[in-house]
Amino acid sequence: MKGMRKDLLGLEDMEADEMKHILDETVAFKEILFRTIKKVPTLRGRTIATLFYEPSTRTRLSFELAAKRMGADSAAISVATSSVVKGESLKDTARTLEAMGVDMIILRHGEAGAPHLVAQTVKASVINAGDGMHEHPTQGLLDLFTITEKKGRIQGLHVAIIGDITHSRVARSDIWGLKRLGAEVTLVGPPTLIPVDIEKTGVNVSYHLDPVIPKADVIYILRLQQERQQAGLFPSIREYIQRYGISRERLSRAKFDVLIMHPGPMNPGIEITEDVAISTASVVEEQVTNGVAVRMALLHYLLGGQPYEEAA
Amino acid sequence: MRKLLKGARILDPARSLSEILDIEIRDGTIARIARDLSPQDCEVIDLTGLVLCPGFVDMHTHLREPGQEDKETLETGLRAAARGGFVAVACMPNTAPPLDQRASVEYVIRRGLQIGLSRVFPVASVSKMQKGEELAELGDLAEGGAVAFSDDGKPVSRAELMRRALEYSRMLDRPIISHCEDLTLSAGGAMNEGYLCTKMGLRGIPKAAEEVMVARDIILAETTRARLHFAHISTRRSVELVRDGKARGVSITAEVTPSHLILTEEAVSGYDTNAKVNPPLRTADDVDALRQGLKDGTLDVIATDHAPHTREDKEKEFAYAPFGISGLESAVSLLLTELVGRGVLSLEELILKLSTNPARILRLHFGGIQEGSSADFTVLDLEKEATIDTGTFQSKGRNSPFHGWKTKGAPVLTCVQGNFVWGEVTRDSRPARSPVMV
Amino acid sequence: MQLAVKSQIMNKEDMSRALSRIAHEILERNKGTGQLAFVGIRTRGIHLAKRLVERIESFEGKSVPIGVLDITLYRDDLTRLHHHPVVRKTEIPFDITDKKIVLVDDVLYTGRTVRCALDALMDLGRPLVVQLAVLVDRGHRELPIQADYVGRNCPSSQDERVDVHLQEVEGADEVVILEGERS
Repeated sequence: MKGMRKDLLGLEDMEADEMKHILDETVAFKEILFRTIKKVPTLRGRTIATLFYEPSTRTRLSFELAAKRMGADSAAISVATSSVVKGESLKDTARTLEAMGVDMIILRHGEAGAPHLVAQTVKASVINAGDGMHEHPTQGLLDLFTITEKKGRIQGLHVAIIGDITHSRVARSDIWGLKRLGAEVTLVGPPTLIPVDIEKTGVNVSYHLDPVIPKADVIYILRLQQERQQAGLFPSIREYIQRYGISRERLSRAKFDVLIMHPGPMNPGIEITEDVAISTASVVEEQVTNGVAVRMALLHYLLGGQPYEEAA
Repeated sequence: MRKLLKGARILDPARSLSEILDIEIRDGTIARIARDLSPQDCEVIDLTGLVLCPGFVDMHTHLREPGQEDKETLETGLRAAARGGFVAVACMPNTAPPLDQRASVEYVIRRGLQIGLSRVFPVASVSKMQKGEELAELGDLAEGGAVAFSDDGKPVSRAELMRRALEYSRMLDRPIISHCEDLTLSAGGAMNEGYLCTKMGLRGIPKAAEEVMVARDIILAETTRARLHFAHISTRRSVELVRDGKARGVSITAEVTPSHLILTEEAVSGYDTNAKVNPPLRTADDVDALRQGLKDGTLDVIATDHAPHTREDKEKEFAYAPFGISGLESAVSLLLTELVGRGVLSLEELILKLSTNPARILRLHFGGIQEGSSADFTVLDLEKEATIDTGTFQSKGRNSPFHGWKTKGAPVLTCVQGNFVWGEVTRDSRPARSPVMV
Repeated sequence: MQLAVKSQIMNKEDMSRALSRIAHEILERNKGTGQLAFVGIRTRGIHLAKRLVERIESFEGKSVPIGVLDITLYRDDLTRLHHHPVVRKTEIPFDITDKKIVLVDDVLYTGRTVRCALDALMDLGRPLVVQLAVLVDRGHRELPIQADYVGRNCPSSQDERVDVHLQEVEGADEVVILEGERS
């Protein structure tokens, strides 16, 4: 298992053992974040490029801090989405980065499969930092880590994921991770935001939120992109809040130790009310901290040890 | 110049002919068909062990000229057609500019004759600039040589325009070829909607995007009593709709591509843009229904929808890559292997779908082998084993999901008006008398 | 090539006596337990540090802090390994600044592990002094490092391996020399 992976493109192709290994190691990396000197020399001399075709502050910063804390050098390349089609192709950009001696490319892209194209093009490792509606595997792993840390396990927990599942790469990565590690998952949202045949992943689907709340150990709230309303996928923000908004009142029927999670950035007052977001049940800030730790563990997992091509 | 073709099995299912006979070609015409003709002052070509059938007609190709010569030219496209066993191709009008004026149609025909390989018959636009707004000059286009009308690549979204096009085409005796896609339902999708699409995070094209348009156009063809041909049918429900329409006597015909008969959506796994086509590859159930529809006559024609693209075009993010498969040079071998070889279709049935039926729909003279007719035929070697190698394609388009597939059975000689436009009969048993490539 | 036990160089009693002597030496050198703290290097260093601390606490009747150091992230040979070593947590539940740290490991060989441990330690704070205690010193140093307390000096060949077995890990206390044998 170990040393055999060049890239991290999604959690769909990751077995439970491999996830568990990464989550176990993340504990060690999290400890480093609480030191005065938050840096280890492990990846000294390695170069990591973050190539982002979509704006993102937190994911990019999280990867860059992870790289710096592991002693690696990082370079950031931003590409305006509009120039993608006309300008230099993704393949050429990837080749250019590799020619400059980059050991790893961390790619955020608006279209599914873009990291696969880069991974096939270069020998460098590729981490998918979110591709279209496909996957966001590092978010998935940090969510798994956060749940494990708070609940001591994933196996047997009931996790409700609420909102726009169709357009959510976070939901897809979380579904793969949670199902592999033995959780029961219920997706909650209007039928227009539940992707076709998603039940085949082994999840439950509910169009109604209130009956799911009392059963959930974890309530994972997705960000609502307001342009989905303009696209005609639901009638109004008002009706969405009525049916799927998480408020303190709604949570009164939740388990006393329920965890509230959100991948950020939040739309307070829409998918989640402000008071729920800052309540003791909310672990949103820990998700952010854990994001750095998980990404450090992943950088070490992919870049520590022998270069992939030589390991046979 | 006279040629004597000896020893081939002549297979013309439209005439129930299946016999080992010799054929004498004189001045581009089949002069005599008989047993054991003796050579008199003519070149003798030994085709023993091979099958000679009416020349294949591909009624759905994209040859890209004028305007997109980086993807294909008429010359490379017709060379690919010749190699693929097609004596004639109909080319779609989504060029740049589109074939929406008589001069463009005449250019394609003239250029095709200059090139002198397989014949090319242009399909002209239904609407000006393929915008789906105003009818193109269908009468003038027909007189210029257009064999059908289509906005292929784009659907005719406005039902009213489709109605008028069908009505108007009646006086021209040319079919309207419909690319069935409701753009509000396909909505920027890149592959078949379903579980795989959900997993891959791509926008899906639901089957309904095709089916609602098939239903609409059958009703319009019924009310207008015009001839309508459906391009690249891809779903079970579409097949059922066409079957129903035909049963009611509506004058509709339909085609299916080799890709949709052989591949399922699984071919795009790993984001392989070479398998990105429109309509998208569907499920195994749809493939079954398409094969059944082909068998029972619901689907009249197999057409390649040859859609060449450059490597740069295809080596992109899946959503950005263009739709299309370069199909001319692999179609016949694949059909012989995957359909005839697996007992889905008889060789006779395949010949009807590739030759007789498309020729009939487009009112072309191809599709039969008889004395006095133009010598247009395809010779097949049913035993020839090969591996599809896009590197050998004559087409500029190397975009094929079939690269590396093993095939048994191949077109080995293509004859247009008595000229061998492609020939590769090179069996060890008869090296000396093999026809050479022209 | 397989490894076979060539000889046992310490048994249970030898080990116990050596640890007791080292515990006394530490107390003597540091003049008691004031500011003294132990840090064991994973894995066997931890158990040896615990045994030393137990002895010192029983001699002096005072508690002495003890921590665990995982040096994986400081290794200089990561890119040369076929498998990733598993990274585990460093657990030092006290501030090492101004402490007299006794770093404990089982075998001192090239000195590279100790170099890693020193780097790791320095990232955690500024100790007053760092001393090194090892059960076995087998020689062949590649860095200018030496131990302050040694259980047994045991000159070895580079073809050999010196293994410390502990009750807590292997179920028995002993130090053995292994050498290759043709299989």
